[in-house]
Amino acid sequence: MHMADALLSPAVGVTMWAGSVATIGYSSRKLKDNIDNKTIPLMGVMGAFIFAAMMINFTIPGTGSSGHIAGGIILTVILGPYAAFLALASVLMVQALFFADGGVLALGCNIWNMGFYPCFIGFPLIYKPIAGDGTIARRISIAAIASAVISLQLGAFSVVLETLLSGKSELPFGTFVLLMQPIHLAIGIVEGIITAGIINYVKKVRPEILEASSFSRPLNAGISIKNVLIAFVILAVITGGALSWFASTHPDGLEWSIEKVTGKGKLVEATQGIAPVLKEIQKKTAFLPDYNFKSAAREEPKGNEVPAWPGIQTGTSVAGIVGGAIVLISILLIGFGIRFFKNKE
Amino acid sequence: MSHHIVEFKNVSFRYPDGTEALRDISFRITHGESVGIIGANGAGKSTLMLHMNGYLMPTSGTVNIGDLYLTRQTRQEIRRKVGVVFQNPDDQLFMPTVYEDVAFGPLNLGMEETAVRERVDYALNLVNSLELKNKPPHHLSSGQKSAVAIASVIAVEPDILAMDEPASNLDPRSRRLLINLLKTFEHSKIIASHDLDLIMDVCHRCIVIKEGTVVADGPVSEILTNKKLLEENNLELPLSLQRN
Amino acid sequence: MTFDEKYYNIGFIDQLSYKNTFVHRLDPRAKLIATLLFLFTVISFSKYEIAALLPFFLYPMLLMTIGEIPFMFIFKKVFLVSPFAVFIGIFNPLLDSGQVLIFNGLTISAGWLSFFSIMLKFTLTVSTALLLIATTSFPNVCHALRQLGLPSLFVSQLSFLYRYIFVLMEETMRIVRARNMRSYGERGKGIRIFVRIVGILFIRTVERAERVYFAMLSRGFQGDMPSLKRFGIKAGDVIFAVSVAVFLYIFRFYPATQMLGRFIQGVFS
Repeated sequence: MHMADALLSPAVGVTMWAGSVATIGYSSRKLKDNIDNKTIPLMGVMGAFIFAAMMINFTIPGTGSSGHIAGGIILTVILGPYAAFLALASVLMVQALFFADGGVLALGCNIWNMGFYPCFIGFPLIYKPIAGDGTIARRISIAAIASAVISLQLGAFSVVLETLLSGKSELPFGTFVLLMQPIHLAIGIVEGIITAGIINYVKKVRPEILEASSFSRPLNAGISIKNVLIAFVILAVITGGALSWFASTHPDGLEWSIEKVTGKGKLVEATQGIAPVLKEIQKKTAFLPDYNFKSAAREEPKGNEVPAWPGIQTGTSVAGIVGGAIVLISILLIGFGIRFFKNKE
Repeated sequence: MSHHIVEFKNVSFRYPDGTEALRDISFRITHGESVGIIGANGAGKSTLMLHMNGYLMPTSGTVNIGDLYLTRQTRQEIRRKVGVVFQNPDDQLFMPTVYEDVAFGPLNLGMEETAVRERVDYALNLVNSLELKNKPPHHLSSGQKSAVAIASVIAVEPDILAMDEPASNLDPRSRRLLINLLKTFEHSKIIASHDLDLIMDVCHRCIVIKEGTVVADGPVSEILTNKKLLEENNLELPLSLQRN
Repeated sequence: MTFDEKYYNIGFIDQLSYKNTFVHRLDPRAKLIATLLFLFTVISFSKYEIAALLPFFLYPMLLMTIGEIPFMFIFKKVFLVSPFAVFIGIFNPLLDSGQVLIFNGLTISAGWLSFFSIMLKFTLTVSTALLLIATTSFPNVCHALRQLGLPSLFVSQLSFLYRYIFVLMEETMRIVRARNMRSYGERGKGIRIFVRIVGILFIRTVERAERVYFAMLSRGFQGDMPSLKRFGIKAGDVIFAVSVAVFLYIFRFYPATQMLGRFIQGVFS
């Protein structure tokens, strides 16, 4: 469920980046205050471990397809929320850069979707309370599965919201949700089982590792529920703001979703307030007019247009195609030219 | 100026799980000596090495390095005097580039940048690895990694060099280069190894550890020719002596 | 991709990033910012835009040729990660059936336009992001991030991660190969074995972290990671950054492709 840049809009991208960077800063500061020196290399090496473990494929029973782990919960168990978040953020960064798993601009979304939820919600609010002091295997299993499922559901749902708000995809809300949530429910259960399996194995073979980790650290050395809720409210406000910005600039995408979900028609355009102002700004900066539909044909006479072809003013006119071909060929020629000269050296 | 002495007096060490790894060990190594530490697996060699710079503290007895007794407070100071090189250079080279690895020690000493740069060049030069300066460790071969690991330790200019199985992952050529390198060092050298030929080439003195205590301590020429002693400790004569 | 393939992949890009070309020598902060601006500009285009996106291929093309990055490698990678975008994007033609006229009676559904737009944006963004890392060694990326203001704790940790990724992948690969050699077909690749493998790796990793920590202590570590390497700005870096910014501005706000096309049309009529 990595977000791709191509499906993202600048506003959503920037918002999520802001959220993720803020969390990185916050975690770093919190960690600096009460860090065990040993944690610094541990974080990095654990990150490398998760990275490598993510590369191993296993077959999912019953389906025959292969899957891999996300690792958020297990990382938080050993490192605690702040360190685990930083480790996950770096792993996702390396994945984005080296494997193109998720875009670079979308990294903000991905760090949030796959880092924030397991570290700051899944672990402290679900895993820890259920698992308690970590002595009973059954409780660990339940805790691991519950926290993994919920973290992944939240993450998947966030992907839906982010895609929707970006307006590049026509997928309506309802369909998208029905696509994402059930799949990630299954993935979450598998992830939880695996996490529990690892924890129980380590407990059996090297229990002192777990004892030294966050099992023994008191919960309020880290998260307070209040802070988590505050973070959520802030994010909701920001996303709400972005949402209304988008309602004004991309009426089509949102219209579609709303139509599909509510059965009602187009959004009534706001005639007052910020929406029209934003629309004006958007008109001025977007040099190319959006394409018109054939049903709403509009003739917009342009001063120096060459009326070689009759028809509707659209962006994909012959001009666009001809120009496009020339641009691509030129770029290719430049490329070959440079290559040629380089080989000559 | 300290005398670069390493002195263990009646040192015992017990691990948290109860294993007695060292039992009443005593020896004295003086300035410029090169000493090999040999013994069967599990005899206590590694535990001994871990005491050299205070990672482990004795449960009884005293460790004296230079003119300092090993305590929690003196640990940091002692680490400047004793450079420890491990078996696995991947554990030792933890920075993204060779330069940063070798610079790590000097920077922690508080040296400023130009001095650090000189120190790094000096250390890398000493191990003939100057051209590797900007490479990441995972681009290096084992031999190169071992050399750089040594450089990273030398960069803080310790008086005493303690090494645990320095040649175990090296191909014969790299091993030979390492041996030649060690022979040029003026530091006091303490080398724990199963590679008895290496010890024969590099060291003058040999200490045999068995079940956590010293069972023999003498010149290499005596110890490493004593077939009975060696075999009692799960060892053999050095290979180069066996051909005769 | 199998584990081996992924390992090879990341190793290959990593090797590329240490080359010594003009692009590689550019200040990493400049490259980072240029890349971000580029990505930002590309995705800021409306969802139906196609023509105006085309000139943007110049940027990755120049990076590839001057930076001596093999074209096929980038192309294959883009292709390999495209399924997600295709999967989401393909709904557009199905759901958006407003017809748009191209010329002389030939129409295409707007959904296809937005799909192509997505794929173009995808190709541009993914290739440019890959080229960033292919032309900038990761340690340099870390230094740039630190100089640009990310917390030093995070960046130190990122450096460790990078350093040990290859070590851990190698360790993992050994175990995975052993597993694969003894599993016949799909048996043996199930979850149970996976859990066991990961559990072992987990423990080994913790032990390794202890040894690394010990090595750090032995060289005087007291809690703060020492930091070095400040990059100086050279003329070439400034020229690069400014050129990219100008390029992005022009091609974002002026329909160059259209203008070129109309010009040609004018010539021929």
